[in-house]
Amino acid sequence: MRHLLSTQDLGRADAVRILDTAAQMAATQSREIKKLPTLRGRTVVNLFYEDSTRTRISFETAAKRLSADVINFSAKGSSVSKGESLKDTALTLQAMGADAVVVRHQASGAPHLLAHAGWLDAAVVNAGDGMHQHPTQALLDAYTLRRHLSGTGLTAPGASGPDDAAARGAGLDGRHVAIVGDVLHSRVARSNVHLLHTLGAHVTLVAPPTLLPVGVQTWPCEVSYDLDATLAGDTANGGPDAVMMLRVQRERMSGSGAGGGAFFPNPLEYSRKYGLDARRLGLLAEHAIVMHPGPMNRGLEISAQAADSPRAVIVEQVANGVAVRMAVLYLLLAGSDETDVAPASAAQPVPAVERVPAS
Amino acid sequence: MSSAATTTYVLRGARPLGGEPVDLVLSGGVIAEIAPVGAARAGSEGDGTVVVDATGLVALPGLVDLHTHLREPGREDAETIGSGTRAAAAGGFTAVHAMANTTPVADTAGVVEQVWRLGRDAGWVDVHPVGAVSVGLAGQQLAELGAMADSAARVRVFSDDGKCVDDPILMRRALEYVKAFDGVVAQHAQEPRLTEGAQMNEGVVSAELGLAGWPAVAEEAIIARDVLLAEHVGSRLHVCHLSTAGSVEIVRWAKGRGIDVTAEVTPHHLVLTDDLARGYDPTFKVNPPLRTAEDVEAVREGLADGTIDIVATDHAPHAREDKDCEWAAAAFGMTGLETALSVVQQTMVDTGRLTWADVARVLSSAPARIGRIDAGEHAQGRPLEVGEPANVTLVDPAARRVVDGAGQATASTNTPFQGRELPGAVVATFLRGRATVLDGAPVPAGADARGVRA
Repeated sequence: MRHLLSTQDLGRADAVRILDTAAQMAATQSREIKKLPTLRGRTVVNLFYEDSTRTRISFETAAKRLSADVINFSAKGSSVSKGESLKDTALTLQAMGADAVVVRHQASGAPHLLAHAGWLDAAVVNAGDGMHQHPTQALLDAYTLRRHLSGTGLTAPGASGPDDAAARGAGLDGRHVAIVGDVLHSRVARSNVHLLHTLGAHVTLVAPPTLLPVGVQTWPCEVSYDLDATLAGDTANGGPDAVMMLRVQRERMSGSGAGGGAFFPNPLEYSRKYGLDARRLGLLAEHAIVMHPGPMNRGLEISAQAADSPRAVIVEQVANGVAVRMAVLYLLLAGSDETDVAPASAAQPVPAVERVPAS
Repeated sequence: MSSAATTTYVLRGARPLGGEPVDLVLSGGVIAEIAPVGAARAGSEGDGTVVVDATGLVALPGLVDLHTHLREPGREDAETIGSGTRAAAAGGFTAVHAMANTTPVADTAGVVEQVWRLGRDAGWVDVHPVGAVSVGLAGQQLAELGAMADSAARVRVFSDDGKCVDDPILMRRALEYVKAFDGVVAQHAQEPRLTEGAQMNEGVVSAELGLAGWPAVAEEAIIARDVLLAEHVGSRLHVCHLSTAGSVEIVRWAKGRGIDVTAEVTPHHLVLTDDLARGYDPTFKVNPPLRTAEDVEAVREGLADGTIDIVATDHAPHAREDKDCEWAAAAFGMTGLETALSVVQQTMVDTGRLTWADVARVLSSAPARIGRIDAGEHAQGRPLEVGEPANVTLVDPAARRVVDGAGQATASTNTPFQGRELPGAVVATFLRGRATVLDGAPVPAGADARGVRA
């Protein structure tokens, strides 16, 4: 793996390998000293053209836990605000010897351009580009799903706890995930549909037709306009094992401006038809979990009862984000093409010396 | 210019419109003689005559582009009238219509006369400025259409190209007004609300790439409205760079109904699809966007059956920095003057859908007629007959070449055919008997044009 740009680029073996590595990384995070020396001497640049405090902090934490030097580059107040092009910024980072560039950009395809334009030798990690992809979000979602849903049994949140050892090497075969809300503008949905399909899960997208992209029928998933029917299991895949609520992007919902606006009549109607509230929570199976990439609009796409219920794994998603991003950075910068670059079990230490990346 | 203009050229063995070989004699600015091969009466070398071995070459009337962006005035870093018209000559053109979206906008008699004079002075092709429909392309107020028509540039084509005249009242008034001087409104059909923020064709690929989609209906809705407006007021409408199967159907319906509508397709919409956006290479970002394979097939069919009247390049040069960036930030547009004829040969001639006579129609006589430059002292698009202006393009249909943007005559390099092998090559172009291209190389005005193709 040279870059991480899209979940469509990940085969099942790659995805499982990242999740297994993340599990090992997560195990180290319960130690008194969480820091590993693995990426000592490497430089990771967080190149953020778009505000995203939680994603940036998650990547920064991941890189620092691996002992990398981290440079945070925000477009605001930087040379970018003075008109510098992406190309010139990339050439600057190249000159400064960045080993990895974590890029968040409002333009779909910007990470692809950075990875392939020849401006930069560094590994490029897509931390969210426009409406296109957010692969580490999908990976942390899959990781969270796997902890709760893989293996022989289904682990209800708050029960005996997820079993990471049982999940090792597993996918999400046969599980059913409903992704609900603004699919049209969601890089999270785009990333998740492909990754979950790769891992063997069934996906149902639930949204009003105005919030589904033209061409969605070609995606590897089902589509429903009826959230109640999906939650009640009135589909070929039965009821969902997980419900992933998407944020309604209020800035896109006005009646004018870019995007055309007016995707639904008003927030109340949206909430009634597509919001996850206590009643709908009751339709879910015992073991089913509730997810949300955050930040949440409480009272719009998700009620407080749903967000704070024992089924919700939203905070756990955030924690898992650090482990997944550690795994990605580790595999890009220190891993090799061998399958056993990471320790076989969480009880073993993660490699303590730098590794030379495969040429 | 004068020395070359007095040269007599004998195009030995040329095949007019792909027909039987003849000698074409160009003298005194006209086609002076058409004779059996070797029988031309014109003098031999040494008495001011240049003999061009045109064996196997197809002779076409000089090509006419109804849709070129020359960028001057205002963006001379992307193209100048000099570089753009030299590229036109290299592509076999003898006349181009220069679009109005310059800086300042060509919305006054003064600006269109400036463009016209710079074109005349450059000497590569006839430059016919297109006048803006509305002041500043703002879609609010009619530009001085009459003054532009009466100017030295004698403007007959009006367009806000790059922007759609979306206000139906303004469009109606423009259609009505240009009837006074037999003008035509060339519409960039793009419903603005349906395309807010649009980056590429709306469909499977845009959904995958997360780029805001540009639905076909945004083009089709405007064309449908405009053909009905043109019928209502009895005026001429021209549809710029039509790109969807639905648009072809609407124009076909309108023509069947007797509405005076003409339409153009670009070379790139004849061959490229939106799949090319998958690499996020802004070279393939264009307005209207590249569509699907089904749309490509429909526009080819429309061109073959005459629903689409002409091929127009929509040559849109850009400075490198305007394309060397993120897709969303990149400018729309591709160059096209130097590859148009090859793409038409590849997609329409080599596939048996058009003959070379048809090519002469869609790339010369029809655009000249639509632009009303097919008569008078500087008539273009005329038949290859004795006494007609000696505007001639010689094409080697057997040649093949790999496109190299850096090696082209245009000042910009944003060709979507970079690295592709295309058939056909323009060997020579003559503008009223003067060689502007010989042996594939541009010949500046005033240069000694005694090159002889071996």
